[in-house]
Amino acid sequence: MINGSIINIEGLNLHIGNKHILKDINVKIPEKKLTVILGPSGCGKTTLLKSLNRLTDLYPEVKTQGKIFNGGIDILNPKIEITELRKKMGLLAQSPYPLPMSIYDNITYGLRISGRRKKRYLSKRVEYYLRQVSLWEEVKDRLKDPASALSIGQQQRLCLARGLSVDPDIILADEPTSALDPVSSREIEELFLKLKQRYTIVMVTHILRQARRVADYVIFMYLGEIVEHGTAEQIFENPQNQITKAYIKGTYS
Amino acid sequence: MRSFSILNFKVRRTLRENLSAFWMKCCYLLILAMPFILLIGLLLKSSLLFGEHSLMELIFSSEWKPLSGKFGFFPFIISSLWVTFISIAIAAPVCLLTAIYLTQYAKRFVLKIMQPVIDILAGIPSVIYGVWGIIIIVPFVSKVAGWFNVSSSGYSILTGAIVLAVMIIPFVLNILIEVYKTIPIELSEASLSLGATKWETIKKVLTRKAYPGIISSFGLGVSRAFGETIAVLMVVGNVVQIPSGIFQAGYPLPALIANNYGEMLSIPLYDSALMFAALILFVVVTFFNMGSRYIIMHYEKKI
Repeated sequence: MINGSIINIEGLNLHIGNKHILKDINVKIPEKKLTVILGPSGCGKTTLLKSLNRLTDLYPEVKTQGKIFNGGIDILNPKIEITELRKKMGLLAQSPYPLPMSIYDNITYGLRISGRRKKRYLSKRVEYYLRQVSLWEEVKDRLKDPASALSIGQQQRLCLARGLSVDPDIILADEPTSALDPVSSREIEELFLKLKQRYTIVMVTHILRQARRVADYVIFMYLGEIVEHGTAEQIFENPQNQITKAYIKGTYS
Repeated sequence: MRSFSILNFKVRRTLRENLSAFWMKCCYLLILAMPFILLIGLLLKSSLLFGEHSLMELIFSSEWKPLSGKFGFFPFIISSLWVTFISIAIAAPVCLLTAIYLTQYAKRFVLKIMQPVIDILAGIPSVIYGVWGIIIIVPFVSKVAGWFNVSSSGYSILTGAIVLAVMIIPFVLNILIEVYKTIPIELSEASLSLGATKWETIKKVLTRKAYPGIISSFGLGVSRAFGETIAVLMVVGNVVQIPSGIFQAGYPLPALIANNYGEMLSIPLYDSALMFAALILFVVVTFFNMGSRYIIMHYEKKI
């Protein structure tokens, strides 16, 4: 059922100060599937996601041990060139954070910093990625407007398009629908189902129904540990662990 | 009897409610009226001068001979502008780089150590900065002038600007730190995950986001520098002339007022002239404040 894996996490431990946030994480994330990291709030889901492209660097009090392999390279090795590796993973945050510039420049930002300057190429890319997230028709006449003028749902789709613009292999999404209304949430979910044909998607959520709708593979976390992981079928139909069972049934309190 | 006391209670409550709102309104009206009262006072006091001289003449003439009734403010205005802009040119980059370092690169405890240091700098009375300027900066500038083959006593525009720069740094820096601290970390995450380096993120995303705050901090710095009196007066030389270089002495407007008010008021129109100097200060500082506010509003619409 699950073929190759794109990310291998081996013995990952993470401390913030003297709090043990992630405890001995060992898991493989399958390629070109939608993996959901599921679990109650505050169990370390987001921290695990941010370790994957080492955004944990931004927090000086975070200490990590262990290895995360992507294409044979250990992401956590401080000697590697992290900038290029980060480009392989698009990020979608809890609520949209458009860059303080126009809609057009939000999409071209990643391309411009990697040296693409030709106007015609950039314009074509902008249209392509905005179509990917079905935003093109809504914004094609006001590409020069500030991105902050869009609605929250549109901003989140713009952020997704921005993430796609540097041509990543993986999309990391941290509760991407938590700030959105039901219609916009559904749009993001549908986009994910479409995009997983070509990208590996790792999505953090605490919404069980959302996980049921979209997941191929589920990692269930509780208090910084992976309790159980497996295909969506296994986890939702036949969970082994008591905590997982309780959470899936909704009796978890 | 009982219903009466309830009524009484209600009336008292409403009365108290209205009264408290009334006092609040009074306080705010007082503050609102303050700048207008100041402006009117200055206008009335300096109006005598307008009767005898045209505004153009007062501002652009450089002849300052109060005894023969000639009041040209040009040397003072130019001195003020020189001192202000050199000081902000020194303080601005220092503050900007420090704020970026403290909020983006330094460990958290470094910022915690810096905060009280900045507060101490901000709290030192300006006369102490003046003394420090005389002891340290005056001889230093005199020496530096020597390297450029200029002879200077050290009491000069540059000295005033350096002392001023040190004085405004804590104020500008405090705002800038606050500005950079309030930028959500998710914005950095977004930029980094698109393959930007840290410096690219700071330059192209964070500083763009911080731009309105940066402008307002510089605006505050300019306003403070323009009006600062004692420390500048002590080191700037106080010679009525249009300074032709930064090693020359100057005579900024606040120094003019502080040095002369109450001294030679027997000269006709002299106090009126000093009031006019105050009016110029008032107008220029207001202009800077409004200007930076305009830039901020204009920019915030664009991002």
